Amino acid sequence: MSRQSKRGVKKVSSIIFCTLVYLFLFLPIIVIVVNSFNATTSKPYLSWKGFTFDWYMKLFDNTALLSSFGNTILIAICSTLLATCIGTIAAVGMYKYKFKGKSAIDGLLYIPVVIPEIVLGISLLTLFTNTHIPRGVLTLVLAHTTFSIPYVIFNVRARLSGYDNSIEEASMDLGANRIKTFFNITLPVLAPGIGGGALLAFTLSIDDVIISYFTNGQTKTYPLKVMESIKSGVAPDVNALSTLILLGTVVLVILTQSGIFTKNKQ
Amino acid sequence: MNDKKVMVEIEGVNKIYGGTNHVVKDLSISVYEGEFLTLLGSSGCGKTTTLRMVAGFEEPTSGSIKVAGVNIENQEPFERNVNTVFQSYALFPHMTIFDNVAYGLKIKKTAKAEIKERVTNMLDLVQLGGFEKRYPSQLSGGQKQRVAIARALINRPQVLLLDEPLGALDLKLRKQMQLELKRLQKKLNITFIYVTHDQEEALTMSDRIAIMNDGVLEQIGTPTDIYERPASKFVATFIGETNLFEGCVSGIEGDAVSVTLETGTVTAKGSDYQMNEMVAISVRPERMQYSFEPVEGFTIEASVKEQVYVGSILKAIVILPNGNEVKIERLAGQSIPTDGKVYLYWNEDDAKLIHSRSQVFFDAVENMTFSSVS
Ligand SMILES: Nc1ncnc2c1ncn2[C@@H]1O[C@H](COP(=O)(O)OP(=O)(O)OP(=O)(O)O)[C@@H](O)[C@H]1O
Ligand SMILES: [Mg+2]
Repeated sequence: MSRQSKRGVKKVSSIIFCTLVYLFLFLPIIVIVVNSFNATTSKPYLSWKGFTFDWYMKLFDNTALLSSFGNTILIAICSTLLATCIGTIAAVGMYKYKFKGKSAIDGLLYIPVVIPEIVLGISLLTLFTNTHIPRGVLTLVLAHTTFSIPYVIFNVRARLSGYDNSIEEASMDLGANRIKTFFNITLPVLAPGIGGGALLAFTLSIDDVIISYFTNGQTKTYPLKVMESIKSGVAPDVNALSTLILLGTVVLVILTQSGIFTKNKQ
Repeated sequence: MNDKKVMVEIEGVNKIYGGTNHVVKDLSISVYEGEFLTLLGSSGCGKTTTLRMVAGFEEPTSGSIKVAGVNIENQEPFERNVNTVFQSYALFPHMTIFDNVAYGLKIKKTAKAEIKERVTNMLDLVQLGGFEKRYPSQLSGGQKQRVAIARALINRPQVLLLDEPLGALDLKLRKQMQLELKRLQKKLNITFIYVTHDQEEALTMSDRIAIMNDGVLEQIGTPTDIYERPASKFVATFIGETNLFEGCVSGIEGDAVSVTLETGTVTAKGSDYQMNEMVAISVRPERMQYSFEPVEGFTIEASVKEQVYVGSILKAIVILPNGNEVKIERLAGQSIPTDGKVYLYWNEDDAKLIHSRSQVFFDAVENMTFSSVS
């Protein structure tokens, strides 16, 4: 085979491969988006009956679905804030100070990550029942915080591995006290790691099903609500909300990529 | 110098890391106001540690440090009127060059217009005008180093600690920056404690040089003092090249000391030496005399091994009967032995007598010396 034709085959095969990968990734998403505009009213809502905005209208009457989404956002925000604060402090502390049993604590961090979610769910349920904490938004926030902390720590720590301690010394040398140094130097330099950790925690919290299932009590989160409703096929108003969430995410991603949130490049 | 005010007083300072690693040993140095003092010593001898103790990042295990007469033991680094140029630059990666340099002034809440003016001037001074908007990651090592200098110098501290601030610069820029630093130091009358590996830099820039060896202060004095009157074998071999001839004191008459070497007896000037004391005679390569004919008085017979041409300097290495090497150096154009037998001698004024016995020094240094007795 000549070199040129070899190259041609390579090119064609890589195009086919890429197309397949993207099709595989995006086909399900396309189905959801398309179906959210589907005018069909008969279950299982799959055959195409024309274009409509009806489901988006209906969505705003479906208070149960909307309130579950509200719960999800509330829980995600609270648990992200908590996990980010705790995780950042833990990562910085473990980076800066030497203490007994540090490596043991290091290893323990991986347990909430590798442990099957169902085990963590059951143990959290046991904990909450034994301590008589009424299950609801509070327990959901606590549970989500628990599994998010290690991810924040890992992210911040990755950032710390390239961190030069002497820049804090330089800041103090130039007259800034510890608090000013933390806010002027440490925090901004670690910000990408902290932000990444927070985003991860937020995402994990939003789509968590298993652990939420054990710790929710009467409170419904959006994923739990969706799980409930799929017994009779995915209702198009769920598709509509999913499409809106998707839209929100895409806008966020575009904003971050275009560097609106990152004032300073590294 | 003695009528001047003492600016930094390091008194009996020891630093022990982790209970056993004795890094700085009983160090006492007084640095005068407006003085340019250089700490010189081999890698790992405790120079950075000493600076860090003055800056406040490390606590002395014992001893005291005073700045402008005040004991700074209980002062935090940000309370000390001392600024540091870090060996690792330590620039703030998330700030532009302008913000890096302006940091100290911003913390002091200096007026915006003044900050802008001073930063611009400072950057021009270190030849980085126009780099204001760049980030440290977009600079070369030498440029970073100059930003670090600018960032510290702009605060006009009482004392500036510089840890090998010109290490990453090429020869030309380094010479320029040496002159610039020295000029600024005199103009602003800032006390400099300067660390360097480069002995030429130390000799040309410093008012005084402190030579450290393994945490111990070996000698402190003016560049001439250090070069012409080394107090120990370590100093003699560390500053410039020298030839050491070891021997034993065999007679004392006033300040004339007779020293018996392996190859004969020679007199040298010196006080406070004792009979039978082990001493070394140091003769710089450029002061080494030679002749192709035997000369009267003390001589050492040797044979020429090789000549080296180093730019404007000619060097010859000759071998003594006992196998040790002696270096001879002349400016280009002067004559230098090329081969065959030579007879070495020196003028009494060029021979420096050094106490030998109680000197602690590295094996590495021992190997570098050209002693006539092994
Ligand atoms: N934090 C520390 N803990 C333990 N030992 C240390 C610490 N910092 C420095 N040392 C040791 O102290 C000794 C002196 O270190 P220092 O950094 O002062 O050397 P230096 O004279 O600045 O060397 P160089 O010229 O290579 O920069 C070294 O042997 C080093 O290993
Ligand atoms: Mg050092």
